[in-house]
Amino acid sequence: MASVEIRDVRKAYGATAVIHGVNVDIADGEFVVLVGPSGCGKSTLLRMIAGLENITGGEIRIGGRVVNNVPPKERDIAMVFQNYALYPHMTVYDNMGFSLRLRKADKSEIEKRVSQAAEILGLKALLDRYPRQLSGGQRQRVAMGRAIVRDPQVFLFDEPLSNLDAKLRVAMRTEIKELHQRLKTTTVYVTHDQIEAMTMADKIVVMHDGIVEQIGAPLDLYDRPGNMFVAGFIGSPAMNFIKGKLASNGSGAIFKSDAGLSLPVARAPAASDGKPVVLGVRPEHLVASGEGAAVDVVVVEPMGSETQVVARSGAQDIICLFRDRVMPNPGEAIRIACDPKLVHLFDPESGKTLAA
Amino acid sequence: MTDATAIATTAGGRTTWERLRSHRDWLGFWFMAPAAAILILFLAYPLGLGVWLSFTDAKIGRPGHFIGLDNYDWLSDDSVFWGSVFFTCFYTLVASSIKFAIGLYLALLLNKNLPFKALLRSIVLIPFVVPTVLSAIAFWWIFDSQFSIISWSLVKLGLIDRYIDFLGNPWNARWCLIFANIWRGVPFVAITLLAGLQTVSPSLYEAATIDGASRWQNFRHITYPLLTPIIAVVMTFSVLFTFTDFQLIWAMTRGGPVNATHLMATLSFQRAILGGSLGEGAAISTAMIPFLLAAIMVSWFGLQKRKWQQGGDND
Repeated sequence: MASVEIRDVRKAYGATAVIHGVNVDIADGEFVVLVGPSGCGKSTLLRMIAGLENITGGEIRIGGRVVNNVPPKERDIAMVFQNYALYPHMTVYDNMGFSLRLRKADKSEIEKRVSQAAEILGLKALLDRYPRQLSGGQRQRVAMGRAIVRDPQVFLFDEPLSNLDAKLRVAMRTEIKELHQRLKTTTVYVTHDQIEAMTMADKIVVMHDGIVEQIGAPLDLYDRPGNMFVAGFIGSPAMNFIKGKLASNGSGAIFKSDAGLSLPVARAPAASDGKPVVLGVRPEHLVASGEGAAVDVVVVEPMGSETQVVARSGAQDIICLFRDRVMPNPGEAIRIACDPKLVHLFDPESGKTLAA
Repeated sequence: MTDATAIATTAGGRTTWERLRSHRDWLGFWFMAPAAAILILFLAYPLGLGVWLSFTDAKIGRPGHFIGLDNYDWLSDDSVFWGSVFFTCFYTLVASSIKFAIGLYLALLLNKNLPFKALLRSIVLIPFVVPTVLSAIAFWWIFDSQFSIISWSLVKLGLIDRYIDFLGNPWNARWCLIFANIWRGVPFVAITLLAGLQTVSPSLYEAATIDGASRWQNFRHITYPLLTPIIAVVMTFSVLFTFTDFQLIWAMTRGGPVNATHLMATLSFQRAILGGSLGEGAAISTAMIPFLLAAIMVSWFGLQKRKWQQGGDND
């Protein structure tokens, strides 16, 4: 096992720069998720760690050793691909044992390690099958088995769950997390799904347009997003952003939206009176309350455990996620309120979080 | 009319004709009929006729009589026939192997990210696009005993002092024909194998690279096994085309010098059409069938062995 350090790493294809100086520290045994929308450079970064892409600038160290010019097979990493990349002409056993065979390991050694990995992943009964005879979840497991057999310093996962159906994805998510808790191998995991990131990571790296927006523990990013991008990306349904102005009010402040919606804010930044701001509030933090601000109901989506209400204030859609079973009719006016401590304020120009 | 007959015969139930007409395969039969008719008329019938002719003493202008295996008996003592069998096998074996090697090499080369990729791929196809007879005539000139550009260049370079007799000497002529056949056949192999290479997912190479495979091991363990189904098909076709080659030989040497470059196909044509002995020519053609069947069987059973690419969820 080893730590991974990414120092000011850049990547350009010809004149087009896709990664502009990324710094990430991954501690030994840590599970780090790189998350971001498609095209943000997260997969490219992972492939640079793997050695499948050249590094244009900066340095990557694995276990303290600079690996910029080290070929993939000498980096002691294992990678799980989005499409699994199982060798179609080899059985599950041969797929898992391939790397050992290339290293000219003993037959008994291969046998031992493959059956160990198969045991962990519940693949014992499938060792003689070919990939095409397996279901999506089984293939996924074989791909992980291939990685485990090598007992590498670092596991790399490139969107491994995105080809699975929703139910299986949740199950495999748990399996991967459990596997990591058991093996404690340093893991870098790429996904565009923030729920995967939240549920699995020790540390999340949010990327956007080739830069790192924020790095932190899942709940840190959720509670204290550094900017509007992270605030909007983490959490589902996404945070509501409402444009408006602040007016101070003794201890706290009152936020007034352009459409006339007013919400109390616990801590206003200094000298923000009358300044334009963007208020962010998560749908799950809004409650239906008799004393709140009035909004018009557009759509009601009951989900059993909670109810999602799309409401409108002026031209602004506000998504609310209520714990209680409120069932307003479309067109009806309801009042919504929120804990003043749970709202976020952003600078409308830079998108940065305004410090209180 | 049909209706009238049908009604007339439907006394105590449905007639056979009616039951046949209402059967679900009836329409299917009519959809298949044109294709079947074409196959029977233009493939099965001439093949059958050819085999039948080989058992007769038919000559042009004279319908033959059944003479059993006399033609084959006669051929078994004919050194020209055995010469053509030898050269056909030699020609097929050497040309096909070299075509495979060069074709695979070119395909691997063209599968890389080269500048002007599309242009290079089209250039490779040129020998395949030129009509065979045209390229054969060009080769005839290239190998001409007096006007050969190869001899001319070598003389000018001072490497030789006499023109080479390319097509006048048996072994020279054989190698020249094999060369021309390779030149013409490589594009087919190369482009088809290239198409096969492009179906191999690049992530397999990446996975293998991370698993520690060198470039040779990537080829040996990933590319080659995944390409075998295509190789089997391409090489079957290549062997069949080469074995039955006619145009190239006929345009360049007509089987000469002294029957040294006769393939079974050209010898059959010479005996049957030019010589008029239809029965004997047909026997030579029919003698090709076992060889062709053997080639097909090899690739057929080769294809069947690959369990990994066959359907079925469980075994």
